[in-house]
Amino acid sequence: MELLIQLYWEFCKIGIFCVGGGYASLPWIQAAVVENYHWLTLTEFVDIFTISQMTPGPIGINAATFTGTKIAGLPGAIVATAGFVTPSFILCLTITYLLRKYGEISGIKGVLNGLRPAVVALICVAGLSFIYLSVWNTESLPENLYDYDITGIIVLILSFWALKKKVSLIPLLFGSGVAGLILGIVLQ
Amino acid sequence: MDTEKLDEAIQKLDIEPGTGHFYWILFKSTFLISAFTVGGGMVIIPQLKTKFVDEYGWINDKETLDIAAIAQSLPGVMAVNASIMLGHRMAGLAGTLVTTLATVLPPLITMTIIAFFYDLFAHNYYVQMLLKGMQCGATAVIINVAINLVKKLTNKKQLIPILICVGTFIAALFFNVNLMYCVLVDALLGLLLLRDPKYN
Repeated sequence: MELLIQLYWEFCKIGIFCVGGGYASLPWIQAAVVENYHWLTLTEFVDIFTISQMTPGPIGINAATFTGTKIAGLPGAIVATAGFVTPSFILCLTITYLLRKYGEISGIKGVLNGLRPAVVALICVAGLSFIYLSVWNTESLPENLYDYDITGIIVLILSFWALKKKVSLIPLLFGSGVAGLILGIVLQ
Repeated sequence: MDTEKLDEAIQKLDIEPGTGHFYWILFKSTFLISAFTVGGGMVIIPQLKTKFVDEYGWINDKETLDIAAIAQSLPGVMAVNASIMLGHRMAGLAGTLVTTLATVLPPLITMTIIAFFYDLFAHNYYVQMLLKGMQCGATAVIINVAINLVKKLTNKKQLIPILICVGTFIAALFFNVNLMYCVLVDALLGLLLLRDPKYN
């Protein structure tokens, strides 16, 4: 029971603070789920992100469901998702009400203008930890930089090349998966 | 709010507002949009428009854009925010509950199944290699997003937002400052310094 409450509350907080949609929720989920509570490893977290890109549904909900299922089964999934949605629920209804009453709220624009660059910075930080995982299979910058994973580097370069060629998201992820598999078999 | 038009549109469809059938249509259409929208974010807007503006005539183009703008700037997931506001527009609090549930259920179901299979297969060597490859693909995607965002920010050539970005990056990466404090400080800075429309 205590675990369920903790799940609900953590995802509630993530729901309050992830401003800016999709990718902006990544740093928050990572901080809570991977770094603070160790509910998931960074590898599992990046896997959810990858799977999220290929399945319907926003990453926030997908991450909440996955984490919830993993640590407390179906009740966990439901509680985490409910937690994640609660702040949206309250805020949307309040804002709709305020807008209808006052038309425009000037302070909000300023707050949003301050948050936008912050979100850019946080996505960059999350992106760095993704690079650590891809290249070195570690969660932070390793002490020995030569301890790299050659498969990771090759697939990463291929993926950047594919992005340059404007390959769209789902084929790109499938392609990089297949490339990883082939390299894994060849280098085994 | 054009309530008369809404009532007219609903009557045209032969659906009594407030009846079970009305809520069922509302649930079904939102559920289907959520289930078949891959990619998230703004992708939901054309979907909403096709269903609720063009097919049902429940809301108009301007309302769709308003909903999109508010949904995007509020915290949380855009699709959920949009469906909360849509539900409220259609049928008040009961409508909100119906549309939120309908939006959340498809990913909830898919992810529960995936989480189950993930546990079964994630330890298999070949699955691990496949996932490893996809992790690298995802890394490239997020780095690409990050680079584009940074470019967009620097192209505007406004000093304060760039300083906020650099400051937050340093605080989060090198000093491990809790993200919540970073964002609260940045929100406050925005409130104090960035209220001028040129920053919008």
